[in-house]
Amino acid sequence: MFWDSLKLPLLMRAILIQLLFALLMLAPPVFAVNSETVQKLAFGESDDKVAAVASLVAEGDERAAAVLQALADGELQTAGKRVLIIKGDTALDAITGQKVVPVPTELEDVTANNRLRRELATALAALKLVSLDRSTRLAAAKELGGGAEEAMLPLIKKALASEKDPDIKPMLEVIRATLELKSEDKATRIAAIRTLSLSNNSNAKTLLLSVLEKNNDGSYLEPDEEIRIEAQKSLRSVEGRLAWGDRLGVLFSGISLGSILLLAALGLAITYGLMGVINMAHGELIMIGAYTTYLIQNLFRARIPGVFDWYLLCAVPASFLAAALVGIALERTVIRFLYGRPLETLLATWGISLFLIQTVRTIFGAQNVQVENPAWMSGGMEILTNVVLPYSRIVIIAFAALVLVLVWLLLTRTRLGLFVRGVTQNRAMASCVGVRTPRVDMLAFGLGSGIAGLAGCALSQIGNVGPDLGQSYIVDSFMVVVLGGVGQLAGTVYAGLGLGLLNKVLEGWSGAVLAKIAILVFIIIFIQKRPQGLFALKGRVTE
Amino acid sequence: MSLRRLFIKRTMAIATTVALSGSLMLSAAPSHAADTIKVGVLHSLSGTMAISETVLKDVTLMAIEDINSKGGVLGKKLEAVVVDPASNWPLFAEKARQLLTQDKVAVVFGCWTSVSRKSVLPVFEELNGLLFYPVQYEGEELSKNVFYTGAAPNQQAIPAVEYLMSKEGGAAKRWVLLGTDYVYPRTTNKILRAFLKSKGVADKDIDEKYTPFGHSDYQTIVADIKKFAAGGKTAVVSTINGDSNVPFYKELGNQGLKATDVPVVAFSVGEEELRGVDTKPLVGHLAAWNYFMSLKNPVNSEWEKQWAAYAKKQKLPNADKPLTNDPMEAAWIGIHMWKQAVEKAKSTDTDKVVAAMAGQTFKAPSGITSTMDAKNHHLHKSVFIAEVKGDGQFNVVWKTPGPVKAMPWSPYIPENKGKKDEPDLVAKK
Repeated sequence: MFWDSLKLPLLMRAILIQLLFALLMLAPPVFAVNSETVQKLAFGESDDKVAAVASLVAEGDERAAAVLQALADGELQTAGKRVLIIKGDTALDAITGQKVVPVPTELEDVTANNRLRRELATALAALKLVSLDRSTRLAAAKELGGGAEEAMLPLIKKALASEKDPDIKPMLEVIRATLELKSEDKATRIAAIRTLSLSNNSNAKTLLLSVLEKNNDGSYLEPDEEIRIEAQKSLRSVEGRLAWGDRLGVLFSGISLGSILLLAALGLAITYGLMGVINMAHGELIMIGAYTTYLIQNLFRARIPGVFDWYLLCAVPASFLAAALVGIALERTVIRFLYGRPLETLLATWGISLFLIQTVRTIFGAQNVQVENPAWMSGGMEILTNVVLPYSRIVIIAFAALVLVLVWLLLTRTRLGLFVRGVTQNRAMASCVGVRTPRVDMLAFGLGSGIAGLAGCALSQIGNVGPDLGQSYIVDSFMVVVLGGVGQLAGTVYAGLGLGLLNKVLEGWSGAVLAKIAILVFIIIFIQKRPQGLFALKGRVTE
Repeated sequence: MSLRRLFIKRTMAIATTVALSGSLMLSAAPSHAADTIKVGVLHSLSGTMAISETVLKDVTLMAIEDINSKGGVLGKKLEAVVVDPASNWPLFAEKARQLLTQDKVAVVFGCWTSVSRKSVLPVFEELNGLLFYPVQYEGEELSKNVFYTGAAPNQQAIPAVEYLMSKEGGAAKRWVLLGTDYVYPRTTNKILRAFLKSKGVADKDIDEKYTPFGHSDYQTIVADIKKFAAGGKTAVVSTINGDSNVPFYKELGNQGLKATDVPVVAFSVGEEELRGVDTKPLVGHLAAWNYFMSLKNPVNSEWEKQWAAYAKKQKLPNADKPLTNDPMEAAWIGIHMWKQAVEKAKSTDTDKVVAAMAGQTFKAPSGITSTMDAKNHHLHKSVFIAEVKGDGQFNVVWKTPGPVKAMPWSPYIPENKGKKDEPDLVAKK
């Protein structure tokens, strides 16, 4: 509990809470904001500021609350001895609330450190518990779920009495329970412990663990056995729920990593898997997709900043096209002369990859470029208090699924797909029945490259974009395709997701470094035992 | 299949050799002129460390231009020889040897990661060269041939951890030591672990984690930190280096790990590394350095202006938003102190310059007069701890009252007892 660790002077805590309480009980009287307090808040030492927060809450004036909110939002600034609230282009005097014209130029932020921000957040949350707006109350309850203070108990009880919302009420009950855990009355404590068993907040675990703490000599800190047994029970149920959260988290991050591997490997599954071209420049096609995204982003920022958040909608087709065009150019100029000569292809594409890296380095510089997430992709969805699924990863998983479905449809439901399959299965026969095989080769290679470009677009949202981007994915891509079985789309999917999950499970056990090693060792052994991969093509298709 | 794999291996070997020799040729020295003093600049301009090191190259060049515009050193102009070791540690040693033997530079400014410094150290000792190393590091090293203008652990890591233990810093009880897997994070964490133990923190309350260079998937790590933090008030000490920091901080923000709950203090993240990261969800996370761009003093504002003008003139990438940071300051101090020492010694001879370096002073942008220790080759530095602000700048929340003397041999490592606080000056000639 951080309230305990703060070690605020007890008196000050008591004052703060009493004042909070008083504020809620009485209609706020209209005071002018005490200028001395505001000065202390703006210029004082940390302890002074904490005290000033307390007395500002006490003033109860709307303007006092506005000052606190401004400090929390970083809008409280000073100009000389004056304290101002800066909102956009307007400046309000924090003490009088008057507009200040013109806005002073030499402004200094009033800085809040973590300790003060914590004080502010809790103070504001406690004030907002009785707000009329449901989402405000919900946010406040969430904030207090992270740590409320004993003296806030009456306040929370009062909020609880008037709270009707089925989502907020149980949260408040848990908060009340965390406070009543330290109560004198045994029955209250046991009730509190039982309520805590319903919590899915890791704070509840911390609290229950503290009940079960032992002294140095091995005896329990808590003398009452009944309470300990209840706490054990509650702890088990909370831990069980948290463990589910953890498993869910591992599953999600495994799928997320798997979807990235899949995206990176899918293009290769076509160029290498279906067409048999060992394309060492595959990673660089991914990089081209990422750089295209970067260019589109810059274009949007410079020309149409209003719709910047949607630049990805334009970047996705653009990165597909850019990579596909580069791929087609490669196929036309180099690779088509090397069909059926895998070793030469390998050397040639390796050379091309170095060439592409150096070209990008010359144009964009050796340093990473910054690709910004659109606003709707930052942040995450809170499933349980210990599992947050970042939006960016959810979007990428969905994107990978979409690309997969499209590729599958393209290969199985369209004429082009039919030709591609026909040519890769038996080139001579396909040619005999009138398929223009060179054209099909070109388009298929373009498709594979384009998908690599899509992967680059997705990767730019979560990783670094630099000239070496492709290098870190080429090994992974080949790993996935070979493991899945050359020539099999389904194999690529299983291998990608499987490797992602395996990696994440191992990482939880042994750390990132060992997990990476373990995966590579696993693949080496697997390929030794089963060189054809998970799913082998049967019959004359195989080389 | 097996034939194919064999070929992959072979061609990779060939390609690597070709790539290496190619980059060697690229950096061949320009024409010599007798009236210049050559200085080497050895920073990674590509690869995972380029995010941090490129600006150090630029600031060194700016310092050289600055010195030349004021008449140079000993009446001669400085001539920079810039090479790119490409975040490739063995290549650092190769490039260092090339600088010292082929280009015959008087001094080298370079390196960021400790692994690169360890890689070049034997070269500098063997050839009696002179290296100025501008980055905070783990200590446990003292060479006659190196001047360390960054912080030793007692000038950065230890004060930062002490701050997080204090009431003001949040009174952390449990610690996650998270780093990139190489010598600097491992040694720093060894020192920190010993320090935390001396403060009564039990082993079960310390969680040490490492990721490879260039790691970009921090989902599991951040989830683990959350889990660990359920056991009590937790702080994270990050020694992640290079571009991995960007995905790490993005993940922190996306997963909603707030600084008020679990503060993360970083030793290798400054203004430059946070460029391009949305810092709004990161407000309150900390960094410990000996300089921040947001420091207010006349020397600093003058220096920032100079840097902004230089960046604009050279059309550096990001010149529209010029940032300065701690290692840049350390590089700036280093080259100026070297100049002063050369003028005092009236020679660029390594031994004479080393002797003249002792006690050099320079007005540093951090607001103090930086002093080179008379003996231990480290600067006396003020320590600042600062929180990230919404605009990517830092807000200083704690600082030492004055400069602190460096202790390269950490007193928390028992084997260091009795080690001399100065390099062996009668080293191999």
